[in-house]
Amino acid sequence: MSIDYQKLALDYVRSPDQAAPRPAHHPVVVVGAGPVGLAAAIDFAQQGVRVVLLDEDNTLSTGSRAICFAKRTLEIFDRLGCGERMVQKGVGWNTGKVFFRSELVFSFNLLPEAGHHRPAFINLQQYYVEGFLFGRAQELPSLDIRWKNHSLDIRWKNHVVGVIQGPDGVEVTVETPDGEYRLHCDYLVAADGARSAVRKLLGHESKGQTFRDRFLIADVKMAAEFPAERWFWFDPPFHPGQSVLLHRQPDNVWRIDFQLGWDADPVAERQPERVIPRVRALLGADVPFELEWVSIYTFACLRMERFRDGRVLFAGDAAHGVSPFGARGANGGVQDADNLAWKLRLVLDGSAPDALLDTYAAEREFAADENILNSTRSTDFITPKSEASRTFRDAVLQLAKDCAFARRLVNSGRLSVPSTYADSPLNTADADAFAGPMVPGAPSADAPVRVDGRAGWFLQQVGSDFTLVYFGGGGKMPAEHLQAFCALGEGTIPVRTVIVQPSGTKPGRIGGMRVLEEDGLVTQRFDAQPGTAYLLRPDQHVAARWRRFDPDKVRTALARATCNG
Amino acid sequence: MLDTEPNIAAPDDFYEALIDAHRGLSSEQSALLNAKLVLLLANHIGDFGVLRQAMDKAREGIAPA
Repeated sequence: MSIDYQKLALDYVRSPDQAAPRPAHHPVVVVGAGPVGLAAAIDFAQQGVRVVLLDEDNTLSTGSRAICFAKRTLEIFDRLGCGERMVQKGVGWNTGKVFFRSELVFSFNLLPEAGHHRPAFINLQQYYVEGFLFGRAQELPSLDIRWKNHSLDIRWKNHVVGVIQGPDGVEVTVETPDGEYRLHCDYLVAADGARSAVRKLLGHESKGQTFRDRFLIADVKMAAEFPAERWFWFDPPFHPGQSVLLHRQPDNVWRIDFQLGWDADPVAERQPERVIPRVRALLGADVPFELEWVSIYTFACLRMERFRDGRVLFAGDAAHGVSPFGARGANGGVQDADNLAWKLRLVLDGSAPDALLDTYAAEREFAADENILNSTRSTDFITPKSEASRTFRDAVLQLAKDCAFARRLVNSGRLSVPSTYADSPLNTADADAFAGPMVPGAPSADAPVRVDGRAGWFLQQVGSDFTLVYFGGGGKMPAEHLQAFCALGEGTIPVRTVIVQPSGTKPGRIGGMRVLEEDGLVTQRFDAQPGTAYLLRPDQHVAARWRRFDPDKVRTALARATCNG
Repeated sequence: MLDTEPNIAAPDDFYEALIDAHRGLSSEQSALLNAKLVLLLANHIGDFGVLRQAMDKAREGIAPA
């Protein structure tokens, strides 16, 4: 039986903590069970960190909200054990089309090459994403043994109303239907959204630029023949002077996003008698449809100055906000969680200093700036702020039809791609010459591999721990390399080794190391040669790379990547 | 480096053609034509440093309204 995630009401369960004489202690408390808080909590639990997840409500996302989930986010969901379910339910797409008035001016493919497990994007209603993450959280082993050794404890209708930081922890006051109780934790992760209560309680603000424009989301249910592509119109005849976006979601639901302008009345415009004629103008009078969800929104591009305040880490919309063009909100937030979980785990278990958490803030503040820059530029193109800006916009769109250069200027949203932390202090600078995008700080590329003779994907074989990727080139493995790989696996911070070999070499294991066979795409995408080695972080970003494997250099790079250097 | 020395062989012919290109257009249409022209020429030049110098030069002596 399928679950109606829109109607799902989760039970408030009284926790034994509420009757404790002194505030119960937990290593990590995460506030906010949206996509970011759930992803963070699952990541902590998978890595063996006990975590309590608090949410003020007891339902999942109201309405479809964030519908576009990017390739990188899906790869993170794969690592969290629920990517396949998302992709099975979601509508995959790679192609976008841009129309100006009634003409197609160009189309673009966000993933023009083969050999990737995940598409550029899937569209999936946020309530499914949250529902599947919640489902995954429930599957985590030992969850059913309450308070014995379970690792992930989700508490609904637990509203944070007080946060006090001390030198050795954070005290959180939580309001529930049974009254208030207090919790103590080593670290607090605030993933409680754009109106973050934790942020307010600590006296912080998220600052930036608010845009004077209003948009209408109409999710309609219909049996339509439009392809699974992102269609964007500038100034179409059915909605003159404004922009419109059409996008397919699962269950025959279509997202239609109408720009309305600043003067639109947000109350009147959400009434069906206003919305239905707008939808009819797009679809034609004879296409039957039902309104599934209607919302009027405005937006701002903003961020907190620092994503870390002592023992409190801010993630997702609590830390930063973007315009929706480019799908950089939820995707950026899930990448925050991906960056934070392994760092906090190493700090909690004493194998990395507290300074590692500063790099969470630095790397994700950098990423937020990138997302804000891109989404601000898109917004300026879509909703020009001056006559001159509108004139140039229209000039670009007119030229785009037959001038390739102008198509590069059309900006209907620069769609979410992960940040390369090129200037991160965790990177070890290249000492050898490499070509291509897999620079230190970059997220790993994916490619097809075979493991024990079975087809799989490179990214499924790396992550959650540090991984050394060694390109064997099919030759005989020197015995001292194998000993060194084993030693790396037994360090304080273990490094797992995977060996990439050309197809046709003997499958299985070499000296206990996992062997990935491949037809050349991994080698190509990593610009590898026989003997090349990459050190990947637990979040699959590149920490260091060499043309020749040297265990001392790996140890030095590992120390640097964990602030132990 | 932005070249501000004479570079057009027949300057009067060019100027006449530029004005002719706007014949019969409203101010709004002229603005659109100019914008398209700027974009085409900017792409032809390509060098962002030169384009930046040209934008700065063009802005000289124009105070914000």
